[in-house]
Amino acid sequence: MTSISDAPKQSFRLSMLVYDTRYRSLTIQVAAMAVFMLLAAWLINNTAQNLADLGKPVEFGFLEDPAQYDINQTLIAYNNQDTHLRAAFVGLLNTLLVAFLGCTLATIVGVMIGVFRLSKNWLVARIMTVYVEMFRNVPVLLWIVFFMAILIESFPQPRDFRGDDATAHMLLGDSVALTNRGFYIPEPLFSRSLGDLSVFGAFDISLDLIALLAVLAGGLFVSGRIRNRADRIQNETGLRPTTWYLRLGVVAVPVIALLVALGFHLGYPALKGFNFQGGVHMRNSLIALWLALSFYTAAFIAEIVRGGILAISKGQTEAAAALGLRPNRIMSLVILPQALRVIIPPLISQYLNLTKNSSLAIAVGYMDITGTLGGITMNQTGRELECVLLLMLVYLTISLLISLVMNWYNNRVKLVER
Amino acid sequence: MSGAHSHSASYVRDTMLPEQTPPASSIGIIGWLRENLFSSWLNGILTVLSLAFIYSVLSAILPWILHSSWTANSLDECRKQIDAAFGPDADGACWAVIRERWTQLLFGFYPSELYWRPILAFAGTMVALAPVLFTGLPRKLLYVSVAAPFVVPWLLWGGTFWVPVSAVLGFALGYLAFRLLSNWGGSLAGMIAGGLAAVIWWLALASPWVGLMESILPLGIEPVVSRDFGGFMLSITIGVVAITCSLPIGVLLALGRQSNLFIIRMICTGFIEMIRGVPLITLLFVASLLLNYFMPPGTNFDIILRVIIMVTLFASAYMAEVIRGGLAALPKGQYEAADALGLDYWKAQRLIVMPQALKISIPGIVSTFIGVFKDTTLVSIIGLLDPIGFSNSIRANVNWNGIVWELYGFIALLFFIFCFSMSRYSMYLERKLQTEHR
Repeated sequence: MTSISDAPKQSFRLSMLVYDTRYRSLTIQVAAMAVFMLLAAWLINNTAQNLADLGKPVEFGFLEDPAQYDINQTLIAYNNQDTHLRAAFVGLLNTLLVAFLGCTLATIVGVMIGVFRLSKNWLVARIMTVYVEMFRNVPVLLWIVFFMAILIESFPQPRDFRGDDATAHMLLGDSVALTNRGFYIPEPLFSRSLGDLSVFGAFDISLDLIALLAVLAGGLFVSGRIRNRADRIQNETGLRPTTWYLRLGVVAVPVIALLVALGFHLGYPALKGFNFQGGVHMRNSLIALWLALSFYTAAFIAEIVRGGILAISKGQTEAAAALGLRPNRIMSLVILPQALRVIIPPLISQYLNLTKNSSLAIAVGYMDITGTLGGITMNQTGRELECVLLLMLVYLTISLLISLVMNWYNNRVKLVER
Repeated sequence: MSGAHSHSASYVRDTMLPEQTPPASSIGIIGWLRENLFSSWLNGILTVLSLAFIYSVLSAILPWILHSSWTANSLDECRKQIDAAFGPDADGACWAVIRERWTQLLFGFYPSELYWRPILAFAGTMVALAPVLFTGLPRKLLYVSVAAPFVVPWLLWGGTFWVPVSAVLGFALGYLAFRLLSNWGGSLAGMIAGGLAAVIWWLALASPWVGLMESILPLGIEPVVSRDFGGFMLSITIGVVAITCSLPIGVLLALGRQSNLFIIRMICTGFIEMIRGVPLITLLFVASLLLNYFMPPGTNFDIILRVIIMVTLFASAYMAEVIRGGLAALPKGQYEAADALGLDYWKAQRLIVMPQALKISIPGIVSTFIGVFKDTTLVSIIGLLDPIGFSNSIRANVNWNGIVWELYGFIALLFFIFCFSMSRYSMYLERKLQTEHR
């Protein structure tokens, strides 16, 4: 089939580059590319010139030098003779730790606040509104230093726990000590430990943890298969077999068996000398950062959750009720699956914000990646360009990874449209 | 109804009963309480728990706020005064630190005899914003809005009056070149010529011209260096500039990201994703440590200006994503209708697409504004003396060593007032622009 009307054949003229829409886009793009390249070249040229004048060529060899500074909260073994690279890695793990803890707590608190804000109880709804407005309208940095001040000023010193007339007491059956130097919580110990697995000779991962996670994953997988089978039977016969004890069993029994086999017990913190020994010591800086980021982000998550639930029209609830579903089933089968679609995309960006805000750790002295690579390493070596570039690269990678994982999840729960 | 019935039934009512008042338990205060606070057992328990919570919070905070000292000159003196006035066990706030340092928390080290300048600049900014924010105000005020971007920086930094005049002249020259050339060679040539003329003026000709005018007629106010900026003045300066500049840049970036032109789309997407992927603090490191490397050797421009540039770029990327959401939410028919009317790209954007897209994205835009304003506190980490930076230096002072809650409370209150009013304004605007039938 031939086209109905061919464009008039005419020779190409230079002015068509500007006035003919077929070519104009090409012109604009070439011009934009040229401007962009020129700008980039100008910036790179300036930088090279400036660095050459200072006698600081761009190189990353400094990462192999000994760091010579201490990090007070580490997840992997570290001492001040290790390299800057390892210090940065310790910092990265600390960033991920606070991001993970923060996202978890923020989600829990945020969902609770969001649901309570919709409460029919006027007083509860008002209190939640005050919470949300209070946290949303004050800078997160202020909350972080504020929480730090609360921890330092209002918790007892370790020596207050001493003696018969102690003014402070440990909580939960002498297992948790809240002091102004941080929180001491019980640590998991294994008397018949499997030892550690060395990863590339760089750091060790506890084999016990790996075994536990593997058993847990296996249990969850089997439990998923049982659920699928129950679904199938329900589809075929209309009757759903009771499976909750079976599913609980396949998850819990192997885990408990493994814990017993490994000789799992808790190591409690105890006051020795001037300070608590034993247990896990969570420093003030970590706690303050964690709580401040969580409560701050929770206010935003609460609004997202509230918006998500309000976005589901009332007809859905009524239709489900008309089908004879009970209220909790309406929530879990009708409202939540639809609300999640509205909630998840903004929730992802809140997780990203929390992770990025964790860089404010530097304000309370928590050694995350900004505190190590972008803080002490940068000041000691004077390699601003390299350090800031690496820092941005690390955060960019974390952000992209979180978006990838969350987008994958979002695609799974997304509404399948025709 | 008469006849058979009246004989067979013993009693038939033939008048309406008067309306009865609703039961006393479902109206008035009691009814409201029953419905909203005690509608069920669970709600009753929640209400009691909430009341207990409110009581415990207030009983902890109110006495502390009220048992206060306003006159002391150090924390020790404060504690003595409070003990003397309210008994030895009283725990009270030492508001004296606010009384002594509030000017610093607001203005930093800005010379105290020149405080009228930031105050005037702030008032000017408010007057300039008013006609933009509220359409009911006289349109003549828009002249103030046009003048403010030139006059306000001059008021803050001081110096010769010819600098803002030369900035205005640059725009005037650009416009002149645009008018002349667009008559002669089309609007594209006009725009290019206008831009070039303005840039050439600003970069090359403005400073000799300012020097010349200054030698003819010295007209200026005392200059203030950026080092002396601090406190809320600094937050508001950075915040207002970043907010005003980020909106147009964000619109352009969003359009670029939605554009059909591959290279433009790639550049805009890359820029937006890169900025959004890193924390603001790393961009502030760039501002304080690296931006001078990127400039030609020998350039050394002001730290506050560098920070403003990076915060603006940061805000623009977030703004672009918000506006892109608005663009995506617009039905496709709107774009097609604009094309069908024969509007070109920019006219379609200006008359059809943007007004609707911006309206949809108002909540997002304003929350980005609020976020930017709150994020200005991060400059304390690179050593600028914003309120939080100042509170640290006040706490390091011998007299006020150990003071915490009063300072943080004061700063939090000021930020809360600004951010809360912004969010209320956005709700007002949403209601005003609501055109859908409900």
